[in-house]
Formats: sequence, C-alpha cells, structure tokens
Amino acid sequence: MSAALRRIVIFGATSRIATEAARLWLARGVALVVVARNPERLRMLTDDLGIRAGGLAEVDAVAADLADLETLPALWHSLTERFPDLDGVLIAHGSLPDQARCEAVPAAMLQEIRVNALSAMSLLTLIANDFEARHRGVIGVIGSIAGDRGRRGNYVYGAAKGMLALFLQGLRNRLHGSGVTVITLKPGFVITPMTQDSDRDGWLWTRPERVARGIVRAFDRRRDVVYLPWFWRPMLWAIRLIPEPVFKRLSL
Amino acid sequence: MPASWNRLPRVRHRRLIEWQDRTAPLPDAGVPLLARGNGRSHGDACLNDGGTLLLTRGMDRLIAFDRGTGIVDCEAGILLGDLLRWSLPQGWMLPVVPGTQRITVGGAVANDVHGRNHPVAGSFGRHVLDLDLLRSSGGHLRTSSAEYADLFAATIGGLGLTGLITRVRLQMIPVNNDLMLTKGIRFRHLDAFWEINDGLGREWPYTVARIDGVARGRSLGRGWFLAGRHAPPQPAGTHLPRWRDQSRRMPFDMPSALVNRYTVRAVNALYYRAASLRGRHLQHYQSHLFPLDGLRDWNRIYGRRGFYRYQCVLAREQARDGIRILLKRIAASGQGSSLAVVKTFGDLPSPGLLSFPRPGVTLALNFANRGSRTLRLFSDLDDIVSAAGGALYPGQDVRMSVTMFRRGFPQWERFASLVDPAFSSSFWRRMNP
Repeated sequence: MSAALRRIVIFGATSRIATEAARLWLARGVALVVVARNPERLRMLTDDLGIRAGGLAEVDAVAADLADLETLPALWHSLTERFPDLDGVLIAHGSLPDQARCEAVPAAMLQEIRVNALSAMSLLTLIANDFEARHRGVIGVIGSIAGDRGRRGNYVYGAAKGMLALFLQGLRNRLHGSGVTVITLKPGFVITPMTQDSDRDGWLWTRPERVARGIVRAFDRRRDVVYLPWFWRPMLWAIRLIPEPVFKRLSL
Repeated sequence: MPASWNRLPRVRHRRLIEWQDRTAPLPDAGVPLLARGNGRSHGDACLNDGGTLLLTRGMDRLIAFDRGTGIVDCEAGILLGDLLRWSLPQGWMLPVVPGTQRITVGGAVANDVHGRNHPVAGSFGRHVLDLDLLRSSGGHLRTSSAEYADLFAATIGGLGLTGLITRVRLQMIPVNNDLMLTKGIRFRHLDAFWEINDGLGREWPYTVARIDGVARGRSLGRGWFLAGRHAPPQPAGTHLPRWRDQSRRMPFDMPSALVNRYTVRAVNALYYRAASLRGRHLQHYQSHLFPLDGLRDWNRIYGRRGFYRYQCVLAREQARDGIRILLKRIAASGQGSSLAVVKTFGDLPSPGLLSFPRPGVTLALNFANRGSRTLRLFSDLDDIVSAAGGALYPGQDVRMSVTMFRRGFPQWERFASLVDPAFSSSFWRRMNP
C-alpha cells in the first residue's frame, strides 16, 4: 500500500456508491470534501459523515452543479485554495439516461454526454495539471462496463463512459512518471436508485457497499483499470472479442 | 425480484422504488405501497404482491448523536450492524438486538423485535423515543407516546402498514467495551432446562437455549444454554478477543434433492460455532450475539424451494406443558430442523398493538419446505399453540389462519383502523380476505 491520502474530494458525493466510499475513507481518518448539486441532500450527507467521524476526521461540503461546465474552473480553484492539502479525487457524478428519449431528441442526448463525460473531463483537465505540478495525487473516476462496447439498450450512456475511459487512458499515459495515479473504475450492475427500473435479479447485481470497498482498495493499491466486482473483467473481455457482424445481431 | 429471507412465497411486485430522501413525498401509488428494509422477515410481511415496494436501504444516514446521553437519531434504513460498528467504540450499545444485525432500524421497529435480554430490556419498541411516519394523508408526522400516541403504538410492531417510517430516535445503553462475558450450560432433558432457566436470573441478562428437535424419549428437550452479559472494563495490556470479519457466502442454492436432514443439520452446525461450552470466557459481541451472520446467504442451504420458520409464543402458565407437547410432535414428525430456539419473555410490556413478545416462552424452528406434509404438521402445532394460549409471529409467517391471527393479537381491530389506506402487504391481505 502506498502512502495514505490526507484529503479526498468527492464529486457527486450523494450517489450511493460515493456515499459508501466516503464512509469507508472517513472510518480511516481521511479528511473529506463532498461536492453535490442538491444542498439539502448534501447537508443530510454531511450530518451523517460528521457523526460517523466522531470528530476524528474533517468533513466539508460544497454545493455545485457539475453539469454547468463554465463554472468548473472557478469551483476547482476555490477547492484548492481552501484545501491546499487535497491529494485525492473521486469523480462519481453521472446519470443513467432515458435511452429512448436520447434516440429521439439530440439535445437530450447531448445533455447526457455533458453530464457523464464532458463534466468529468473538464474537471480532470484542471485536476491533472494541478496534481502534475505537485507530483502527487490519486484520481479515480467512475466509468462503467457500458463504456466497453456499444449496445442497443444504452449506447448513449456507453458512448459517454467510453469517451471518458479513452480520455483517462491518455491522461494516465501522460501522467505516468509524474507521481500522479489515474484510476478508471468500471462498476457492473449495481443496485442503486439509478437502476431501480431494471429487473435486478441474479448474481450479476452488486450492492453499492461492495463497489465502494473495491474503489477504496483501488486507491490503496494505485491501480489503473478496475472492474467492480472483478468478474466483469473476463466477461467484458469475452464480449469485446465477439466479431461485430455477430454482435450486431445480438441483444445483450 | 425481492423475496423474503425464507424465499416463500414467490410474488411479483409492480414497481420498486429506491427510497433515499426522508423528506420526499409518497408517490401517487394506484397500487398498495410497502416499505422494505433488508428483507430478513421469514414471511410475506415484507412482500407486497402486485404492489410497490419502497426500498429503504439507501435511507441510512445518521442525523444526530448525543455521546453523553446515548440518544441516536437516524434514518430508518440503517442496519443495526452499521449502527453498532460506530456506536460501540464510543461506549454505546443497542438496547435490544435480534439474532442478526443485518436488519434495518425500521424493520426492527415494524416487527418490534426482541433479543436474548428480553426479561430485562423488553422489546425493541420500548427504546424508541419517537419516530417519523410518512402517511398518505397528513404527510410527515412525528409520533411518540405523547404525540399521535395511537399511531405510535400501531407502528411499533405494525409491519410497515401504518405508513413509511423515515426516522427513528433511540435510547442506547452504555457498555464498557465490545466484549461479552459468556458461558454455556448443557442440559439433558426438558426438566433440566426449566431448572437452569429459572436459576440464571439477572446476573446473565442475555440468555437463549437451543434444543435438539430430533431427540425423543428420555432425551426429549436436551440442548444447551448460552448466557451472556456485557464485560466489565478490561485491564490495560491484556490480550482481548478481537473481531475480524471472516464471514463466508453460501455461493449457490442447495439442489432441492440434497435438502435433507443432513444438510439441515449442517445449518444447525452453524449454531454450534457460537456454542462454545467452556466456562466463563470473554467473547466479542459479534460472535456471541450474531453467530449466523458468519455465513451470508445461509438461506440458500434450504434450496430454491425455501423453508418455513415456525415461531410461537406460549402463555407462561401453559408453557411447560405446551413446549413438551410441541417438541414431541415435532420429533415424531421427523421433519424438524434439529435445533429449536427457546427463549423466555419477561413481564415488561411491549408497546405495540401487534407486538409479538408477551410474558411467556417462545419457540422457533426452521423447516425445509416439503409441501403439504410440512403444512399438515403446522396445523397440528397450531392447535397445541392455541390450547396453550399462544400466538404466532406475524413477521415470520406465511400461512397462519385468520382466526389464529385474531386470537393471538386481540387488538387487531384497533390496529386495522390505524393502517394507512395507501399501504398494504401480502401478509395483511391474507389476514383480511
């Protein structure tokens, strides 16, 4: 395990997975800055984290709309001013699009690309330069197995997460040797509000606590690309191997 | 689709809603609503066939905690185990815990659960200071024994039928550490059981007995007691038992053909892990109080056909005879899980209109699902329970008769008048055909 992180900022902290990761880090005494859009839900989260920390770790909250790309440089600037010891970032915000609407309305499709890819990439541009200059830091970004291959059911979401994964791959390559770690986190099917309308039966479905444990472990071990849980790695490998003339006929 | 812990009956829900926000309004239903916590009920009280389930596990935040008084204010979806993990290091313990810590606070209230310390602590509901209820008409209500006292009494043990419990304020009890002093005592027949049971007294507030449900004749009712109490402060520098989560997952459903007396005995062997019969010794609370949590998904041992849990309480005066007759009948059937859990309830009244704990003795067993044979056995057991002035546990039931329910819960009519019309469950429809 590499040196422990001192202060982690979590974007999209009120999501289930991020909340669970926050609780795990807090239990180890890592200071947290939680960022989310809804001030009321953010307050409920910080109350919870504050009690769990029991005065042993700091928790700060910042409300921000991360889909508003123009405001992100100012947001990141204010975060680094306020918390000069930031050395970890978890980017966890996103949305699961209504695929049918995205197929019908270009603006809806673009909005999903903005929330799920452009927002994170804007933040990453700022964070990467900052961490690179300081020669330290760990950046983890929640992507998705949906980004590994386009499917009829969710290719807008998949395209956004796929773009994000490529971006992270390049960034990791660029920052190699700078002391900065870039982790692509790829959860599979997770039981969260985002997936409540799916038929969530069977062993493929995972609880958010388990995914969160995987995220914390990936940060500890400074991993590159992590599938959560691990079994998605061989499954996606197999799915990527299917030749396109065959794959296009399937409805996976 | 969500099932109950015993995987019976199989139902289909119209819709599942992840409930995260305690301030949100109820959805326009159309179909009946029901909250579902961690789904550990052994029955259809946590199911809502054709209706909507509000999944509360995401509503699991702590709201306030007073380290001086031990009063915790939390959302209803938090697991007891989650509460204990951070409260114990600060010296506070839940006053009542059932045999698993993998249930939500809301579920503990809605079933008014009991623990091994019932004679000194009473049921879970006794320690609830107030709770917030989201009703289809009237919105959020803060209820307690002083405000909306009728709804408060209906909600404790109310099986989630009076509305959505969003927030609960609880009084915890102070402890010195996370250890328990425990001892095990063997008994060779039922008379010895009663002797020990009467003699343990208040020195050992946590007691429970496991009885061999297969033994017959002179050995009828042999088994062992597990007694525990919170440990005194430990001298610094001593080697103390520590807890390491070594839980394993049952990775597959036992094929039905293999669900037989041997596999069922294997389940019971799990109980033995806790049954260290050494004299007094120190144990971590997790291994003493929650032995079954060591095997996640243990219900899969009973296979896809699921199992029944039969839990009854007998009135104190009739308990000795009643337990003997029940055990005889079960042993004769050859169907019993080989271990029965027997536990004395004390005199502290349960606050809920439908609370199960009452002065007397409770007996609980698991039975693999063998269809009509098992159900026929239960109807015989029902007769014995009725004759002994007893009742069955609604939260562990899939098959009790309406008569049995009404006889066991004489306040059911008053309760029914307080049920939220937008809420229902498979259990409740079964009791109101």
